[in-house]
Amino acid sequence: MDIICNFPCISIVMCILGGIVSSALKGRAAKYLNAVLLVCVTVMSACVFGYTMMTGDSFTYVMGRFPAPWGNELRAGVLEGGMALFFCTIMMLCLFGGQEKLREEVEPQKLNLYYILCDLLLSSLLSLVYTNDMFTAYVFIEINTISACGLIMISQTGRTIEAATRYMIMSLLGSGMILLSICMLYDMTGHLLMENIHETLTASVTAGHFHVPLMITIGMICVGIAIKSALFPFHTWLPDAYGYSTVSSAAILSSLVSKGYIFLLIKVIYRVIGFDVIYASRVTDILFVFGLAGMIMGSLSAIKENDIFRMTAFSSVAQIGYIYMGFGLGTQAAMVASIFHILSHAVTKALLFLSASGLADVSGGSRHFIDLTGSAYRNKMAGVAFGAGALSMVGIPLFSGFISKLLFAEAAVRNSGKMLPALIVLAVSTILNAIYFMKTVIRIYTPAQSEQASVPVKKQKLFAAATVCLIALNVFLGLCSDWVVDLIGTGLGMFV
Amino acid sequence: MNDKKQKRPFRNRFRSWFDGDTQTFDHVMPMHAQEEHQLSEEERKEYEEEYAQMRERVFHVEHNREIWLFRKCFEIMGIVLCVLMICVLLIAVSYLPPTGNADNPANNEVSQLYVEHGIEDTGAVNSVTGMILSYRAFDTFGETNVLFISGCCVMILLLLDHKAQKNSAIANDRFYEPKNDVILQQVARILVPIVFIFSIYVMLNGHLSPGGGFSGGAMMGAGMILYVCAFGFDKTRRFFSERVYTSVKVTALVLYGVMITYYYIMGANGLENHIPLGTPGAILSAGLILPIDLVVGLQVACTMYAFYALFRRGGF
Repeated sequence: MDIICNFPCISIVMCILGGIVSSALKGRAAKYLNAVLLVCVTVMSACVFGYTMMTGDSFTYVMGRFPAPWGNELRAGVLEGGMALFFCTIMMLCLFGGQEKLREEVEPQKLNLYYILCDLLLSSLLSLVYTNDMFTAYVFIEINTISACGLIMISQTGRTIEAATRYMIMSLLGSGMILLSICMLYDMTGHLLMENIHETLTASVTAGHFHVPLMITIGMICVGIAIKSALFPFHTWLPDAYGYSTVSSAAILSSLVSKGYIFLLIKVIYRVIGFDVIYASRVTDILFVFGLAGMIMGSLSAIKENDIFRMTAFSSVAQIGYIYMGFGLGTQAAMVASIFHILSHAVTKALLFLSASGLADVSGGSRHFIDLTGSAYRNKMAGVAFGAGALSMVGIPLFSGFISKLLFAEAAVRNSGKMLPALIVLAVSTILNAIYFMKTVIRIYTPAQSEQASVPVKKQKLFAAATVCLIALNVFLGLCSDWVVDLIGTGLGMFV
Repeated sequence: MNDKKQKRPFRNRFRSWFDGDTQTFDHVMPMHAQEEHQLSEEERKEYEEEYAQMRERVFHVEHNREIWLFRKCFEIMGIVLCVLMICVLLIAVSYLPPTGNADNPANNEVSQLYVEHGIEDTGAVNSVTGMILSYRAFDTFGETNVLFISGCCVMILLLLDHKAQKNSAIANDRFYEPKNDVILQQVARILVPIVFIFSIYVMLNGHLSPGGGFSGGAMMGAGMILYVCAFGFDKTRRFFSERVYTSVKVTALVLYGVMITYYYIMGANGLENHIPLGTPGAILSAGLILPIDLVVGLQVACTMYAFYALFRRGGF
């Protein structure tokens, strides 16, 4: 076995150990340790990604001495390696971009706790990406939930604690449903490993056993993950959690945490229950309907919002709706579009949150639209970044948002039954997106009467570097989309 | 009376005990009796008015039919949803294979191997410990970190870092509680050593008998909490301060991480594992399971105690 095959395991354990060591360090040291860790894990994930592309096949890694159905396993293919690389990169950019803000908002004695949470969050995301075992997935869902709560409430104001409580309640409900469905899967198959569950389930489905509990299991696992990733009717925890937490947390939560769960759902669909069984169960139709509802309702709520952070948060609800709509279309092409949208949305939302905080800082810390007037002139970098993010969200060519909308539209056209509603809602949602994002962009580029201090780019090097990287990634996804889409296709092929 | 007592303590105490006017806790146990808060008539009226006003302003209960309707609907929907969910789950369970049936899918080659080859594979007589620390070691490592991260989150919420806040919390720590409670102290003197020894036994015997790191650590944590209740934080801090807490926690978890990484990498790459499994049943057997049980126990004990201390006064 090549040495690269060890990298997924090493990167997960390294993140956990980094978090543990950070609890004995001061804030600054923990910050540097976290940066070193992120760079190492990014390099390792890139190696895994390159290795799987080179060999053209996925590999499984036995955690310990006992193989397949007895012990734990990790599995890495092109999609897993790529996702891990992508998650690490985005996390690094989010943390670097929000570092100055973090110093203001977090008590210095508790700064190391923040980096512990980040390290463990990264380890849980990597495990969700790499795991080949349902119960391991559940254990790391727990870590993910608790650390996400910590990320929300690290800047301790009343709003964040309320938001964290709400997130905790909703998220635990989701975890409970996922745990129950894993229990039922175990009862029906006697396995926890994804491949073995799939094998046994396929046999029992062809034999006609366990139809009712299987449907209930599928329903519960979908609802559980939908609650955790804020699909429309379960999105009520989202605006406060994203809107009031510190900016790095908001960016990490919106672009990574919910995406980790969605990636797990993709794994469940393909590797645990099987695409055909899921499709035959009609749960995709329900996801489709709620995805469409989310696309409209999220945008409508965003239009009504007066607060730039909450507006961006509500826009996440709409974008999560797009992803679930892709699942609901129930074709391979739509799945590819959804995965592409995961990437595109993560890049764009991180950029929007970072730049929104830059804009609010030069407007006396206010987040209301009235006060933001002309803020793009006072903080040029943030203005440009917000503009680019908004263009990508609306779906202007050259940016990644355009490609994901195009892919969705193509996938919808090939699905005769759902073409009409999908296309209409896609169009309406795009227009609604344009309304609230363009309103914001026009507002921040309207010259203001009152004079407020402006911030030169030199003073915020890290922030500027992070936003430039995010814009570059966004444009890269927009321009090299063929390559990315091909890779996603091969990755999905390796899933089965 | 008091002066006399102090001069000739035993005789007077015997005397007063004989006379039946002993106050057992005199001079021994300083405490403030907690009085029930009594509202005067005016205060109560004011409070009620304020409450009514607030209710009016926040909910508009009288005028806003919408909110009233919403709350009613919310309650009804909540009940309906719960009942529906219970029904759905019961239906699902009724279709699942019956418990204890030999033909259940869960009785497959996986559990068979755990039962039949568990001892020779892991060296642990207790096959549950063998399973969680050897076959499914990764899950257990994750589970230990769940405890670690929840400790961190509680620290974010409750750890006091301003000097003044800390001092007042320390000063008021025992305001309404008896200090130096004789009964509690005597009981603790007898119980704490037993609890500690038993917890160490449970940790060390995890691979031989029911128990292991998690249960042993929970017992040890309970023993420490009992000690704190009886003797106060000042005495506990002599051997368990924040520094000790951090260093024990970090050392235990890092050791765990290093051992488990060694186990993963050796196992996955097919390299020879240099840790002997020993004879099953001996105390020094089962390879890495014994040291892992120990460090897990230490970590769990620390976390339990930390939860107690943080919830009680926001620090150690």
